[in-house]
Amino acid sequence: MHLMLVPGLILILLFAYLPMTGVMIAFQQFNPVKGLFGDQKWVGLDNFHYIFSMPNIWRVVGNTLLIATLKIVFGMFTAILFALLLNEVKNIMFKRVTQTVIYFPYFLSWIILSGIMIDVLSPSSGLINQFLGVFGIKEIYFLGENKWFPFTMIASDIWKNFGFNTVVYLAAIAGIDPALYEAAAVDGASRWKQTWHVTLPGMRMIIVLLMVLSLGNIFDAGFDQIFNLYSPQVYQSGDIIDTMVYRMGLLQSQYSASTAVGLLKSGVSFVMITTSYYLAYRLFRYRLF
Amino acid sequence: MNVMKKARNHWFNVLNLLFLTLSALICLIPFIHIVSLSLSDKAAVLGGLVKLWPVHFTWEPYSYVLERTAFWRSFGVTLERVLIGATLNVVLVIFLAYPLSKPSHKLRFRFVYVWILFFTMLFNGGLIPNYILVKELHMLDTIWALVLPGAVTVFNVILLLNFYREVPHELEDAAYMDGAGHLRTLWQIYVPMSMPAIATIMLFCIVGHWNAWFDGMIYMKGNHYPLQTYLQSIVIKFDFNTMNASEAQRLAKLNDRSVKAAQMIVAAIPILLVYPYLQKYFVAGIRLGSVKG
Repeated sequence: MHLMLVPGLILILLFAYLPMTGVMIAFQQFNPVKGLFGDQKWVGLDNFHYIFSMPNIWRVVGNTLLIATLKIVFGMFTAILFALLLNEVKNIMFKRVTQTVIYFPYFLSWIILSGIMIDVLSPSSGLINQFLGVFGIKEIYFLGENKWFPFTMIASDIWKNFGFNTVVYLAAIAGIDPALYEAAAVDGASRWKQTWHVTLPGMRMIIVLLMVLSLGNIFDAGFDQIFNLYSPQVYQSGDIIDTMVYRMGLLQSQYSASTAVGLLKSGVSFVMITTSYYLAYRLFRYRLF
Repeated sequence: MNVMKKARNHWFNVLNLLFLTLSALICLIPFIHIVSLSLSDKAAVLGGLVKLWPVHFTWEPYSYVLERTAFWRSFGVTLERVLIGATLNVVLVIFLAYPLSKPSHKLRFRFVYVWILFFTMLFNGGLIPNYILVKELHMLDTIWALVLPGAVTVFNVILLLNFYREVPHELEDAAYMDGAGHLRTLWQIYVPMSMPAIATIMLFCIVGHWNAWFDGMIYMKGNHYPLQTYLQSIVIKFDFNTMNASEAQRLAKLNDRSVKAAQMIVAAIPILLVYPYLQKYFVAGIRLGSVKG
């Protein structure tokens, strides 16, 4: 049996653990010619001092936290709302078609969705601004203006993901004991009261569990989405840690500084994710394996 | 009283259905619009006439896209990565999940192995170390750069491992009595029994490889881009360097928006084709995983 594990373990060691030791380049003045394990010059915490002296670093951290948090909060709210509303629908066919439609975007890449958004949100020829124009609203630069960009990211993230989460919550609702509803109905509880006193408490565990687990994502504002939709004029409100790491590292070849930023992010995320799993275990005996 | 209640219920039902229908439409409208754009001619698109139905219907954007060699080349790269990548994913998941589903007294060091896998979900080296590693392994611009770094999908291992733990061990004991080794037990009992779970994992790996673009962008050269990366380069970065003169001439007769729309649709069609299966296994998949209390 140990032999069966060998191929997977080798790949894990090579492609997950070797790069982890590679974070040492955050403490070096890395010269790519000498290679990952070459004789590099060690500079202690210089790279970290450099990062924190960058004028925009806190803005980027702030953007990341803000966009990620709002995505989590509104995404959850929307999904729970839709799960509750869909649960009230008696027509199975309607229920199934609606689910099919709302979670289709979940399976498409941000490339396709971004391409669609760039077209639909275009200020001059986009469908949405044409529509708003009918009501006399002036064209909105959803992707080009700092006050709109974060909103656009959050709304489109919900568009892609809420259907998926709705189905997760619906699965939780389906697991509620029907006898509870019957008992509530016998006691004269209205539909609204049944939702409030039976359905929501029945979902409470999965809601809190997902909330706790999402703590670990608080530094993931969505690289795939933002990278494909942002532009220099919205860096002020839209640049996030991951996009900054990419630009510093691969476009400007500041390998060490970029790794240092990445390491700080992974470090803090590590603490958050570990805490979230710990809480999930303590509160719900939730274990992945 | 009862009548009022009934009326209220009725109104709630109507409003609810209306709200849900409207929301579903809002989700769908961007797609309908893009499909309409891809099937309309240049004048109609430029005139802003195309809303939710094609105007002056034409297949021309599609035939243009499907005759581009760059498109087919990137399609080939994606096909290759899906075939090699998803197969590798699934084989590795099976070989990892089976031993790890055994209790500690049957598999020594189980705890250590599980933690080695689990830790990768908590921490990673980050972009630059990964990039440098792939570069130093001389895998840049090869298919292996797209397939090997993400070959072990730890989350899927956990899914299947939990599934295998529910298998009654009498089955395995019986196989063992009949002289079957672990490899045969796995192949003849566990794998056939877990086909739905494996199919779910397979589908998700296929979709994952189909949709991946970032690794293609950083590891591959332009003429070896997988489809999503190629799309990214022309739809989002507006990089038309990959075009030759006759193609450019032909493009002039078309509308840029229609051509982009057509490419996005073509890239989404395979997802649309597996969507019914995704849906079928999807709920089963969640039950296996996250909701397991």
